[in-house]
Amino acid sequence: MIRRLITCFAALALCATATAETVLIRNARVHTADVAGTLEASDVLVRDGLIAAVGKALVAADARVLEANGRALTPGLFGGLTALGLEEVSAEIGSVDHAYTPGIVLPAQPLSMRPEFDVAHAYNPASMVIPVQVVEGVTFTMLAPSSMPGGSLVGGLGGLATLDGSSIDLLPGSRTLFVALGSGAAPLTGNSRAAQFMLLDQAIRETRGALFEGDRLLTMAGRETMAKFLGGGRVLFYVDRAVDIRRTLAFAKKHGMKPVIAGGVEAWQVAAELAAAKVPVLLDPLVNLPGNFDQFGATLENAARLHKAGVRIAFTMSGDSSHMARKLRQAAGNAVANGLPWDAGLAAISANPATIFGASDRGRIAVGLRADLVLWSGDPLEVDSLADQVWIGGEAQPMTSRQTLLRDRYAPKR
Amino acid sequence: MNLLRIAIVLALSPPLLAAEAPYPSTYQVPASAPVLIRDATVLIGDGTRMEAADVLLRDGRISAVAVDLEVPADARVVEGKGKVLTPGLIDVHSHLGVYAAPGMMSHQDGNEMTAPTTPNVWAEHSLNPNDPGFDAARAGGVTSMQILPGSANLIGGRGITVKNVPATTYQAMKFPGAPYGLKMACGENPKRVYGTKGAAPMTNMGNVAGYRKAFLDAQDYVRAQDEFTRKLIAWEKGDKDERGERPTPPKTDLALDTLAGVLRGEILVHNHCYRADEMATMLDLASEFGFRITAFHHGVEAYKIADLLAAKGTCAALWADWWGFKMEALDGIQENLAFVDAAKDSCAIVHSDSPEGIQRLNQEAAKAMTHGKRAGLDIPPERAIRWLTANPAKAIGIADQVGTIAVGKQADVVLWNGNPFSVYAKAEQVWIDGALRFDRFDRNSWHQADVMLGMRKEVTP
Repeated sequence: MIRRLITCFAALALCATATAETVLIRNARVHTADVAGTLEASDVLVRDGLIAAVGKALVAADARVLEANGRALTPGLFGGLTALGLEEVSAEIGSVDHAYTPGIVLPAQPLSMRPEFDVAHAYNPASMVIPVQVVEGVTFTMLAPSSMPGGSLVGGLGGLATLDGSSIDLLPGSRTLFVALGSGAAPLTGNSRAAQFMLLDQAIRETRGALFEGDRLLTMAGRETMAKFLGGGRVLFYVDRAVDIRRTLAFAKKHGMKPVIAGGVEAWQVAAELAAAKVPVLLDPLVNLPGNFDQFGATLENAARLHKAGVRIAFTMSGDSSHMARKLRQAAGNAVANGLPWDAGLAAISANPATIFGASDRGRIAVGLRADLVLWSGDPLEVDSLADQVWIGGEAQPMTSRQTLLRDRYAPKR
Repeated sequence: MNLLRIAIVLALSPPLLAAEAPYPSTYQVPASAPVLIRDATVLIGDGTRMEAADVLLRDGRISAVAVDLEVPADARVVEGKGKVLTPGLIDVHSHLGVYAAPGMMSHQDGNEMTAPTTPNVWAEHSLNPNDPGFDAARAGGVTSMQILPGSANLIGGRGITVKNVPATTYQAMKFPGAPYGLKMACGENPKRVYGTKGAAPMTNMGNVAGYRKAFLDAQDYVRAQDEFTRKLIAWEKGDKDERGERPTPPKTDLALDTLAGVLRGEILVHNHCYRADEMATMLDLASEFGFRITAFHHGVEAYKIADLLAAKGTCAALWADWWGFKMEALDGIQENLAFVDAAKDSCAIVHSDSPEGIQRLNQEAAKAMTHGKRAGLDIPPERAIRWLTANPAKAIGIADQVGTIAVGKQADVVLWNGNPFSVYAKAEQVWIDGALRFDRFDRNSWHQADVMLGMRKEVTP
């Protein structure tokens, strides 16, 4: 008991899951997103917030039994790179916390970077946007700091959030530094992408101690933050153009960073290099039109081609990724419709993002992992299916959101 | 449309309405061999379906729809077994061409943000046919669309309806005979664009004052024109020696001319409006000035007033699931389409407002069907297809030409690889006026917009 209490203080999340009930989900089509693949007519036992057993004809006297009747069971899904819990209404700046943009309200600032800007301090687990995603199977997301006008190409620190409504802390091993490159971010660096590498190079020199008066980009805290990422830290680069991805790989290698490519509209063109360097890509599989001159290679087959080349891929929505996080499984379905194997489509919104961001405790259905699970009414990647029940850390989530309440209030009388 | 009135106006108000309408369509129906699509499940578009039916396309028209049609000797036969044939999809709300890809500064041609009321501008004069979005939309089964100005202004200008065919000029896409639409916008956008500059409108009440001012001016304009017409007719009939000077026509005004078209019922109002209370206000505004709102667009809260919309005969063009990006979109629910559809004599429409969404209107509809079903509304495919075909055709004013698979209508049809309401569905072949405009099996035939040319072969998507 004392030990459990200590655990509770140490990790609030674990404490919450310790109260979860024991459930036996029987006769499901279990999509493990793991080496086991899909297990037909199988059972999953959930105990103490974890997956205690996976197999056929499981028995557990203390368990509540839930008959799945052959329905699909998947790991809890990834919401993509979002601002869930960091924004309520995108257009209302008073409800938005995902970017540090002093340039918007202060007089013109000399170029500066605040890599120590950490969205973790703004995360609101009680955001009303979150249940809207959870009832559709989204159980974790990567909180992503943004590079916006008035801000910096170095957006700051992000990390994985567990969307159970109570966990405040981001997953320790998931912390990632966010950097925006390419034409979208060029206005932040004097309107040239060449300046992006120039400024990153300067920041690295400052971090390594070559500091001169007058050209300071980083604060002391910023240098400390940067230093952590120069020795194998995970750095996510938003970058679309093929040649920029190449340069990013070389840059990351030179400075000992572990890169993740996000956006990656033209990543398929450098698939072999990405695979060789074991660099993963987060992409929106629906992007097939050029938004700018970094994206002329846009194709619906981006995901399929990268996967075929051996690149680990995960999905994220472009645009309003927070409110539309629930659309990610539709995006995955479209990737499948355009050549990606179905299992790879599921992995791209479950196992892969967990692996990419250092969360070995989730994203798959295997014994010992967190019981983040979703029971579906049909094919989880189809537009005709819905989540019937979602569990996070073994706790059955209430299947309500403000949208289901509005639905019930205004349903036509029949 | 009052043809007599048009004839009089055409005859009497030079130069704008002189002779034929300006900027005429040059769209030509290409010659094509007859096509018999055989043994397909056919979603007609009027709420019914036929199994194992044959559809014959001839001379750009649908010439027969029946089970076991005899194969005409001159027809190419397309096997439809296991596949689904639908009318060509129609998007009532697109900005393709007025915000052409790539989305560079010079392609921001959709919002004339220089005054809150700009009925004088016409979207067609911004329409760049060299937008790869048209090709992508065609691969998604879209055969016609209305392209509208943006929503920065209370009254944003005229929309244009096009056939989704590759072309070098917009005139070559312009849907022959389609009426003009007028884009109006409620809510946050106009008051943000102008209010933040310290100009009117700054509030919702400022918005409504803006519409009323514009339509009061339009009423005066119509009165002056009618008065002139009356005097002119009297003058023409009058005694040659006593009738004096020929009456002078009132000054023609581009902006008021468009609003006069609305008051006369010739130009259809397409109103960007999110909130239920604001839609109700706009319906009252329309009553005040005696015009109809053909469709509310976006209508994120349409489900709250589904009966009112149906009673007014106003369509609701909606997204399946967009929400939360601004305050007026906060109450979005995924049952919106299904709830609006459930009202008697409803007119629910799936619209895109997006170069991504227009490529998969079928999937958007499918999501709405799925959520409807969970809420207890079982909406069969033959009913849901109306949201993408007959209903938008009605809202655009082209329902007599397209929107259903009926003998005599334009042969705009899509053959799907199976149930179109699936994430795995693909439009295999798309005919527009009987001509095969997209064939998924012949990659070399896919039209590529000029702007996409010039990439090295190995990096061409």
